[in-house]
Amino acid sequence: MINKQASSLSEAVVDIFDGATVMVGGFGEAGSPIELIHALIDHGAKNLTVISNNTGSGHVGLAALIENKQVKKMICSFPRTANSMVFPELYRAGNIELELVPQGTLAERIRAGGAGIPAFYTATSVSTLLAEGKESRDFNNQKFVLEYGIKADFSLVKCDKADRYGNLTYHATARNFGPIMCTAATVTIVQAKTIVDAGNINPEEVITPGIFVNRVIEVNNPAHESSLVEQEKKYPW
Amino acid sequence: MVTTGKKIGWNRAEMAQKVALDIPNGSYVNLGIGIPEMIADFVPKGREVIYQTENGLLGMGKAPNQGDEDKELINAGKKCVTAIPGASYFHHADSFAMIRGGHIDICVLGAMQVSKNGDLANWSTGAKDAIPAVGGAMDLVAGVKKIFVITQHVTKHGAPKILKKCTFPITGKQVVKRIYTDLAIIDVTKNGLFVKELGPNVTLDYVKERTEPKLKQY
Repeated sequence: MINKQASSLSEAVVDIFDGATVMVGGFGEAGSPIELIHALIDHGAKNLTVISNNTGSGHVGLAALIENKQVKKMICSFPRTANSMVFPELYRAGNIELELVPQGTLAERIRAGGAGIPAFYTATSVSTLLAEGKESRDFNNQKFVLEYGIKADFSLVKCDKADRYGNLTYHATARNFGPIMCTAATVTIVQAKTIVDAGNINPEEVITPGIFVNRVIEVNNPAHESSLVEQEKKYPW
Repeated sequence: MVTTGKKIGWNRAEMAQKVALDIPNGSYVNLGIGIPEMIADFVPKGREVIYQTENGLLGMGKAPNQGDEDKELINAGKKCVTAIPGASYFHHADSFAMIRGGHIDICVLGAMQVSKNGDLANWSTGAKDAIPAVGGAMDLVAGVKKIFVITQHVTKHGAPKILKKCTFPITGKQVVKRIYTDLAIIDVTKNGLFVKELGPNVTLDYVKERTEPKLKQY
């Protein structure tokens, strides 16, 4: 019988190794898999390359992973947000690398990586600093830059409902990077608000088909990053 | 000349209203963070406009009532919003397919600088200690059919923001179609910058003094 349920958060992240590339879902706090990130902090893998739209806020979740010196490089589109102090400080001190990628290019690179497409051309960033040094080509008298598909060793994603096959649904704008990150990692690890019996998610409503998912773990009451930040929480607590 | 008591130009809400009047019925629109967000409040009655927010919602509604916030229902500025009846959610690759694939009709963005040929700079001052952050700005200017800019005419220090050439790193080249400032509405055309409308109690000379490139009149 196929059963992708992990027995604990720590078991779910146990094989994340030093030097791994890890995609982390979320746009701001929406869709951020905080409990999985905290399990990764407990687990302790270092020298990670993390692909995520932002760099977290306060001293919890992704910001805490960075603060705990487990991340050597961030690949993201918007590394500073309200209440984001950890990354800017390390970056200014030269203690963390940054690859800045336009948000749509980041999404498409992940989608391409998951779909077996090594590279693609896009009009985004043409004639800007972010296109410097990149190959370009004209199509129909318009210039495009070459961008590469991107893959990861692991993806950490938060969803709403899951079943033992790894079929997933999401809640509102928490979907954001989840579905594409699930496709682009060797091992996709998902925290679900609820795990239901197989057959209890209408196939018409499955957003991520189970083939893209390796592990699911139920986290009934996921923390909200902004609430933790308001309470001035710091992980590890 | 005594002009005491006379208001010069438009305030932020009036600027937003000017943009709203230029958004046709049935448009799919992406609004940037800041003043652009105010535009949705001024859509004339009888017009239906659908707002896309690039984090994954088509059919963005107004801010929720206090107590009804859903922290996982947010806009690109990470503020809580609502979804209108008939809205849809989608992942980022679909969202940016809408943007990069030319499906969004109008995008209204803020600006640090705009050049006479429509180059936009709104993502980085290029300062050495600044943390670069781009988000979806480069995707929007590359893919959306019409880019409008809404901005104060000059910087906090009184320097022109409409320049012959942007000095900050650009977001996109020749992308801006129209500029809405507190002083004027200016069209960016192949033949240069044309003043479409002047704000209340604003003269053409007053705008020219605060604009680096040449301004023309229709």
